[in-house]
Amino acid sequence: MKIERPETVIDGYRVGERIHSGAQSRIFRVSGPSPGFPIAMKVPRIGPMEPSENLISFETEALILPALSGPHVPRFVAAGDLARTPYLITEWIEGENLESMLKRAALPPAEVARIGAAIADAVHSLHQQGAIHLDLKPDNIIVKPNGEVVLIDFGLAHHARYPDLLAEEKRFAAGSAPYVSPEQVLGTRSDPRSDIFALGVVLYEMATGQLPFGIPRTMAGLRDRLWLDPVPPRVRAPEVSRWLQEIILRCLEPSAEDRYQSAAHLAFDLRGPEQVPLTERGFKLRQAGLIGQIARWWRARGVQLRVNAKPASKSLDAAPVIMVAVDTMHPDDPRQHVLQRATARVLSLSPDFRLVCVSVIRAGPGAPGAGAGESASGAHLDHLVHLRHWVEPLRLSARKLSLHVIESPRPEGALVEFARRNHVDLILIGAPSPTQHALAWWRSVASGVTAKAQCSVYVVRIPEPGAAGIPSDDLPDQD
Amino acid sequence: MRIAFLSDIHSNIEALDACLKHAGENGAERFVFLGDFVGYGADPEAVVADVARRVAEGAVAVKGNHDEAIEKRAGYMNVSTKQSIDWTRDALSAERRAFLASLPLLVREGEMCFVHASAAAPARWDYVDTPSEAQRSVDAARSIYTFSGHVHDQMLYFEGAQGKWSAFQPTPGSPVPIRSGRRWLALVGSVGQPRDGRPAAAYTLFDSAREQVTFHRIAYDHLSAARKIRQAGLPEPHAYRVEKGI
Repeated sequence: MKIERPETVIDGYRVGERIHSGAQSRIFRVSGPSPGFPIAMKVPRIGPMEPSENLISFETEALILPALSGPHVPRFVAAGDLARTPYLITEWIEGENLESMLKRAALPPAEVARIGAAIADAVHSLHQQGAIHLDLKPDNIIVKPNGEVVLIDFGLAHHARYPDLLAEEKRFAAGSAPYVSPEQVLGTRSDPRSDIFALGVVLYEMATGQLPFGIPRTMAGLRDRLWLDPVPPRVRAPEVSRWLQEIILRCLEPSAEDRYQSAAHLAFDLRGPEQVPLTERGFKLRQAGLIGQIARWWRARGVQLRVNAKPASKSLDAAPVIMVAVDTMHPDDPRQHVLQRATARVLSLSPDFRLVCVSVIRAGPGAPGAGAGESASGAHLDHLVHLRHWVEPLRLSARKLSLHVIESPRPEGALVEFARRNHVDLILIGAPSPTQHALAWWRSVASGVTAKAQCSVYVVRIPEPGAAGIPSDDLPDQD
Repeated sequence: MRIAFLSDIHSNIEALDACLKHAGENGAERFVFLGDFVGYGADPEAVVADVARRVAEGAVAVKGNHDEAIEKRAGYMNVSTKQSIDWTRDALSAERRAFLASLPLLVREGEMCFVHASAAAPARWDYVDTPSEAQRSVDAARSIYTFSGHVHDQMLYFEGAQGKWSAFQPTPGSPVPIRSGRRWLALVGSVGQPRDGRPAAAYTLFDSAREQVTFHRIAYDHLSAARKIRQAGLPEPHAYRVEKGI
């Protein structure tokens, strides 16, 4: 059946105007059984004159898209029979394509960070669902009017729970030349950190208006990124700040092990530039010299043997965002040591964690912790000092740590919201001791956070001496 | 139509009952048994009786190498396996032995083919454990879907667009769409003697209308099954394997 003829009706959907015409597929507006949101129909270009890739990537998208959910992917509605009339009906996303936003590049660093963090949110959501996009590029990124990002086109995607139909299709399964990661060039399709690399290229392009590796046309040109040190963004666009360059170049590390291990960590840094620890990457003002480039090239010769892909689930398990709520108003409380020990224990389980220490203080005069005449910002600094003191015994590198003092009249709400916004996987929080009436305030915080958090919560308690082994009926009422 | 595939039961009635119960609760309307009903385990009579009754009611069963060894001694089996086969031959009634001997090696049904080992040479009992072996089997099966056992692990092999075959390790309990536009070979796993380090029984459900396959792992009382193997005086390694799932 010829779908492109206007007013054709297929399975109850009336085909309308063509919105997009690409090399692999066309997209039409459709009307029909309404799911309650705008919909569009994607039709692959297939036939004797078209490459067979089109059908396989269409089949891949039809396989993976129905398995995805959340605000960062278009909702799946229906699929046509692959052998008869292949089509996909999905939600039509209103928003601006990043490709068209890039016409205004270079964008100011703050805007790069804002959009970049929204893309990283979307990528993290995908990875949490066991999927990897593998074809991230401005064309496939839609920025909605509310600033949220939706990723489209899952024709090259990989899903851990489904067979990879593209596994043996090495000729084209590697994504778009300017954005594709080094390990994809070598044929690996199961490493979520490939999306981090592609996102790094997108950030570079937003920040400088140029592509870090150009548009390679040959396999040899593609392989350059296994070792090539890109021109530092600050050379191409002096307004790029050091922290932004640090973030971008970390995404573009040839070895996946040296990049961000989770898109959540990347989103976190893009939202908190002041705490991005600067390394040599942030300060660089020239590419590696001849000797340096030769050294990188020499190291890359072994990369083919060292490709070390981690499935999405394992990789995220190894790189959680862990948040600890520290009561900096009572720094001498004996429970602080118990919370510290519990934190150390939890961190020892995950090699690539990110620890976020948060203290919520009540702003304004009369609030606990703010003495008479003490300004709010003075109190803020004071608590930051306590927080740093608290975490110091854990001896963590700055790269894995950030500290936050939040002023809010509703501590549990502030903690829960902070955790949600920053993709926190686990919250550690101290439980009140039954005898500490002074800390009754914290009691409600621990239970409020436990009830309202969208992630796991570890409530840390000081064990009562001698309580073990006694039937619980004989214990004093703890509430 | 939802079809349950059960293979390599190996005289483990506890595991068989648990899988059949799960399949029934999940809408299985047909049962296909992919061979190796006996050997290793302590309950050959009960297992074969149950399978024979279901075959009389319309289920399909094909023969495995352990079932064949009951009627004609197999030279390739190791000492403890032979011991177990000899014990089983004595434990089975003539009627059950005749049932096993009557089973076909391969059955084709519409777009599906059922065979214990490789369809390329069903009586040679070759292991289908690489994409190229899967391709050989499927070429001979001349079907869209081939379901096999023999290899005790669960695996899904599939054909790429350029004719190259790949292997996919399924996640238990997670449905996998397998559209009829390409050819597939599913190793359904072993009900009675899993060997991947997990004692849970394995079987597979295929929903032919939705073109979707789900590989299942079912917890059952494997310690009882292992204890009965010891009590029957069967070789210790067979009890240990069931206990540890190795």
